[in-house]
Amino acid sequence: MTLTETRPTTPRAPSSRRAAWHAYVALTARDLHVLRRNLPALLLQVGLQPLLFTFAFAYVMPSIGSGLGGETSFSTILLPGLIASTLTLQSIMSVTGPLAAELGPGREITDRALAPLSLRALGLQKITSSALFGLVSSLVVVPVVRLVHAPGSAPETHVGNWPLLVLTLVLSALLAATLGLLLGTAIDASAFGALLGLLLAAGTMLGCVYYPWTALDSIGWVQIATLANPLVYMSEGLRAALTPSTGHMPAWAYLTALTVGTAALGHLALRRFARRVQG
Amino acid sequence: MDAIRTEGLRKVHPGTPDGRAAVHGLDLTVAQGEFFGLLGANGAGKSTTIGMLTTLVTPTAGRAWVAGREVGADPVGVKSRIGVVSQAGTLDRALTVADNLAFRGRYFGLSAAAARRRAAEVLEQFGLADKARARVHQLSGGQARRVMIGRALMHLPDVLFLDEPTAGVDPRAREDLWRIIRGLYGAGQTVVLTTHHLDEAEALCHRLAVIDHGRLLACDTPEAIKAASGARTVLTVRYDADASPLRDALRRIPGGPHETTVEGPAVRVRTTRPDGLLGHLLRAGADAGLTVRDATTTPPSLQTAFLTLTGRDYTP
Repeated sequence: MTLTETRPTTPRAPSSRRAAWHAYVALTARDLHVLRRNLPALLLQVGLQPLLFTFAFAYVMPSIGSGLGGETSFSTILLPGLIASTLTLQSIMSVTGPLAAELGPGREITDRALAPLSLRALGLQKITSSALFGLVSSLVVVPVVRLVHAPGSAPETHVGNWPLLVLTLVLSALLAATLGLLLGTAIDASAFGALLGLLLAAGTMLGCVYYPWTALDSIGWVQIATLANPLVYMSEGLRAALTPSTGHMPAWAYLTALTVGTAALGHLALRRFARRVQG
Repeated sequence: MDAIRTEGLRKVHPGTPDGRAAVHGLDLTVAQGEFFGLLGANGAGKSTTIGMLTTLVTPTAGRAWVAGREVGADPVGVKSRIGVVSQAGTLDRALTVADNLAFRGRYFGLSAAAARRRAAEVLEQFGLADKARARVHQLSGGQARRVMIGRALMHLPDVLFLDEPTAGVDPRAREDLWRIIRGLYGAGQTVVLTTHHLDEAEALCHRLAVIDHGRLLACDTPEAIKAASGARTVLTVRYDADASPLRDALRRIPGGPHETTVEGPAVRVRTTRPDGLLGHLLRAGADAGLTVRDATTTPPSLQTAFLTLTGRDYTP
């Protein structure tokens, strides 16, 4: 066995910045490769919860005369809310799932940490890949909500501003994945499952998924308290972009919250990640 | 250019109770094309040293240069020039064996097509071509280790780090891995290997750093280390009762100088002339009414060198 015969194909180490960029792209390609292979299972797993939810609340309940949502059909309220909650759940889980194994006793993270990019760039790559997972997953919700509803109560969607919709989706996914990296590096893996379930349940119930934020006028303290929940800004942003007929938070408010939130939590999460990886 | 150079490299792990350093001011130089070994018992500081050289552990003090780049100043530059096989199984479980190699190549700048070609080459080289489509969990311990070594070579690194490459594999797989590693060195690859097996260090490494409790005890070829430590045979005789009455008789054993120690029923003699020694010890015991229970002769080896360097038996 010799190495000499393969020597000529050696890629001569390029500048560190270019090497880091190549590594970033290749790591993302690896994640997409795994996503593509698991896609059918993933879609089934992701789609089931919104399907059951819309079946119970947008089909069964209105059909037996116990409709929610007042004048607006409940489907209309649910569409942005369910996209936002699925996006959050999947973006967070696709960071925290692998991270628990990677930072666990086997230290599988070593494999990725040796790729030629800085540890912060590696953390950022985890965020963008997971955000991509979250975005793909959240698209499953659209056909589900559009198809499963009581007769005559289809969601009233109207996209007036496509770039705003895309921007809101992307920012929401980034914020959720960033939150995932922060949680995954801050909480001990053994306590993680139970705690994450609790956090996500609380976040969803109090995240304007099932009701618009503006409708909380009548209970002012709840309206203010929910502002601490990142999911509120995602739901409201998507409400503004997808179902503008429902009342929603002004664009400057949710865009600012999503951007500032991602930047601030991102700073903390990347620092924490680098510390956990490097002994 | 040296492949590796360190100056006063030191690591105190945060939270160590008495602030004890895992690595105390290490000064090492490894030349290009060298097969260099870090030898020491578990917990001696070998993995921490490798960690600092491969950017995964931040040194508390000191500096290190690997493949011409300073580790602290240009970690990405270092990472792009080294291949690392870590002690734990860090293969990507979501990928097949071939994809493990191919994606590793892509992380290091190969195009998708070039990475696939090179992965096939490496698998062929390592006798793993039939495992290309296997998942990681279907591999035996030795196969997984071979894949990890192959993966570390995907980008033809300047320096290959092997951290306990044969830990936990069966003897036959160990032979296989030795053959592969020797082959790499023969082809000009700079190799840095850590091991707690004295025989592995002696069989493979061209030059050795003996590390104990984070300190460098010796750094030279195995032969030179043995010679410097006296290269003496150690004869240990265990009697059926306390051997201290023999002290006088031991001093009179001919053929010296021998260095003799008595510990309870055991007598240990370090000597350059072991012939006939056992007979003297048997007679001395018989004269004092002691019977020999057990006797062992350890020829000059790293084992005896370690004993001389540290004053205690080597226990991996």
